Amino acid sequence: MNLREFAGLIFLLGLGVLLIAVLTTLPYSNSLTGVGNNILAQAPAEVGTANIVTAVVLAYRGLDTLGELLILFVASTAVGMILSKAPGTASVTPPLSNTSTGFVFSAAASLLFPFLILLGSYVILHGHLTPGGGFQGGAILAAAFFIPILVSPASPFKHAVSSLLETVAGLVFIGIGLVALFGSGYFLAPLGHPGTPGALLSAGSLPFLYLAVGIKVGAELAGIVAHLAQP
Amino acid sequence: MLFWIALSSVMLMLTAGVAMLLLDNYLAVVVASSVLSLALSVLFVVLQAPDVALAEAAVGAGLSGVILALTLRRVGLWRINVQPPAAVTKTSTEAKS
Repeated sequence: MNLREFAGLIFLLGLGVLLIAVLTTLPYSNSLTGVGNNILAQAPAEVGTANIVTAVVLAYRGLDTLGELLILFVASTAVGMILSKAPGTASVTPPLSNTSTGFVFSAAASLLFPFLILLGSYVILHGHLTPGGGFQGGAILAAAFFIPILVSPASPFKHAVSSLLETVAGLVFIGIGLVALFGSGYFLAPLGHPGTPGALLSAGSLPFLYLAVGIKVGAELAGIVAHLAQP
Repeated sequence: MLFWIALSSVMLMLTAGVAMLLLDNYLAVVVASSVLSLALSVLFVVLQAPDVALAEAAVGAGLSGVILALTLRRVGLWRINVQPPAAVTKTSTEAKS
């Protein structure tokens, strides 16, 4: 055992002792702040969402959601910057699939595509009513747009369109936040009347925020996957 | 019933995690990580967190596996045919010597 492994072992032991010390002092099964119970009690009347998670993600912690969108934007930009150039390692990269994919595969792909679009749109638009929302629905939309690339790798993916959608959706998100800032004094505060929880047009501006999040996440993830899949 | 679903998904997660450590083929490791994410999403449903389960199934089991596999293809580690282990150890020892 050399010095480096010995130091690593000592570090691991110390980390374990610290974690156990923290674990033994944690008060389980009694809440520390009461924030969760307050949100559970007040969110349906205050924000108007049937799904409390959406109320937390977009109304109470909207700035954190903007931070998540920023992280995804930076990752997508980095992938685009690195991979958008002409591939220099084309000889190493084998083709994703042969030009003639099987009949079952291509037929199933074209059969699955509209249903995936429908599922992604449903998850995004009902984010304030049922579990799901912009991030999950955006990922489903990106998977739907990846299927044609998987079937025929030569099929073009319009990066200009996805970049435009991403930009517009991000600007809409920040714009709604700025309107709330100048209207009520809080950035990304929910706008409009809460309405009746459970209706499709309820919860004020939250469905539009989630629509922007869904389009942005879907365009970014589809762009990343399309960049990686191009030969 | 719920207990057994949770137990089997945890066992599947453990198996997939150990398989990720032991497997030789990078593509199989990516598939094992997707299986782990899928079992984790089932566990999230049992624990009554459907939002997290949706995110885990869509991102963890679906898109991250695709992104990792495409990255393997980009860096030239995509191989589907598994070499016999004897040949692998032989070439590795030859490379060492």
